Amino acid sequence: MSRFFLSLQEGRLEGTKGSDGRVYFPPAEFDPVTGEQLHEWVTLPETGTVVTWSWQSEPQPNQPLEHPFAWALITLDGAAVPMLHAVDAGDMARIRTGSRVKVRWAAERSGGVRDIACFDLLEGAS
Amino acid sequence: MSRRDVAIVATAQRPNEVGSTLTSVELILPVINDVIAKVGIERQKIGFWCHGSCDYMSGQPFSFVAAVDAIGAWPPIVESHVEGDGALALYEAWVKIQTGECDVALVFSNGKTTSGPIDRILNLQADPYMVTPLWPGFDSLSALQARACLDAGIMTEADMAEVAARSYRDALNNPIAYAKENVTAEQLLARPYTSAPLRAHDCGVPVDGANAIILAAGDAARSLAERPAWIRGIDHRIDTQRLGARSMTESSSAAIAAAKAGVGNDRIDIAELHAPYTHQEILLRRAMNLGEGTHVNPSGGALVSNPAMAAGLARFAEAAESVFSGSADRVLAHCTSGPMLQQNLVCVMEGE
Repeated sequence: MSRFFLSLQEGRLEGTKGSDGRVYFPPAEFDPVTGEQLHEWVTLPETGTVVTWSWQSEPQPNQPLEHPFAWALITLDGAAVPMLHAVDAGDMARIRTGSRVKVRWAAERSGGVRDIACFDLLEGAS
Repeated sequence: MSRRDVAIVATAQRPNEVGSTLTSVELILPVINDVIAKVGIERQKIGFWCHGSCDYMSGQPFSFVAAVDAIGAWPPIVESHVEGDGALALYEAWVKIQTGECDVALVFSNGKTTSGPIDRILNLQADPYMVTPLWPGFDSLSALQARACLDAGIMTEADMAEVAARSYRDALNNPIAYAKENVTAEQLLARPYTSAPLRAHDCGVPVDGANAIILAAGDAARSLAERPAWIRGIDHRIDTQRLGARSMTESSSAAIAAAKAGVGNDRIDIAELHAPYTHQEILLRRAMNLGEGTHVNPSGGALVSNPAMAAGLARFAEAAESVFSGSADRVLAHCTSGPMLQQNLVCVMEGE
């Protein structure tokens, strides 16, 4: 997993390709089908699609945003499985399943999932 | 090796409450004494003691060791602890009896759920790299699962409210249930979202509670209870911890556990499902193929009182009591653990 976290720190999204051709982001270290260690890395774009979401109307300490936001499972373009992160949608009425989103990088990155500050809605693209 | 016949012979539960000022030992002690008194057994005859609780909730490593004060460690006893629900401790005790090392075991669990923000505390059990650093909370994660079910058209918000209304009404008949209300689904749907698409009634009410169960094998069970609840099948399955890699609209681990426990072999009169969220009850009914003939959660279930780490064992206690009383012949008890039904333990019990 260290390659994954170092690539996040450098502002790249890297997943792994499984034996069935599916790309895992966050990367799977071991093939979910065969159990073999995975070595083929794929760089993914910063855009993706919301597959499900919920609304955090009162943000709690340490969460990605301090104003109301959406939690979402987001499948990056080219990936086979979604990841959890926050979407800065502003208002619950602006997000829906299928919304298109783009990574907002954190200003300071340290090699972790918080290097992605959150996702932004792609205006007019959903 | 053939399996030993093992049964639940007695149960005890505390009334669920909010804001308890008791210590964990003080919570546990009365249910231990109560369950032992019910069968009238000498403590030395209990060959194994097994405890389920969560150290994160007291914020102190090995805090569970203090619970031994509630059971007494002299003369020496054989005991174990599971960092999880008491139902998982029951599974360990069942395995212990299968090994032949003991005939009688006492299982107990406790959760002082309201002494901290349980929704955030349980986040510490999630994936430490990809999930915990975001601090999502279990309500928000469960809401993602509910949205996926709504989007897929396998349930509506009205279906979910119906589950809550039935549970709140059934709880009126349960003296130890915490939340109880004569309410309709329509009234519940008029209330605001808390973690949209979930409303307050979709989420189990965190309460403080404790419970205890005695398991016994063969003739020992027959001598301790008039009508033991015999365990005919028990199975525990776990889905991947990768939140995005498992289905949001079905529970494969619950389906496998139910099949292995023999749920489908005959009718189920009563199913006590540990569903801390309304949509999860619907998912579990689908996974286990429970039909109209099964009364789900006559106790009100975990929606009306959700003592973390004790709510699963409470399902076993409620299901077993319905066999003791003769109101049911074949029952199902279930426990879940982890976010979004990650783990599922299913048990089928029968009266003779």
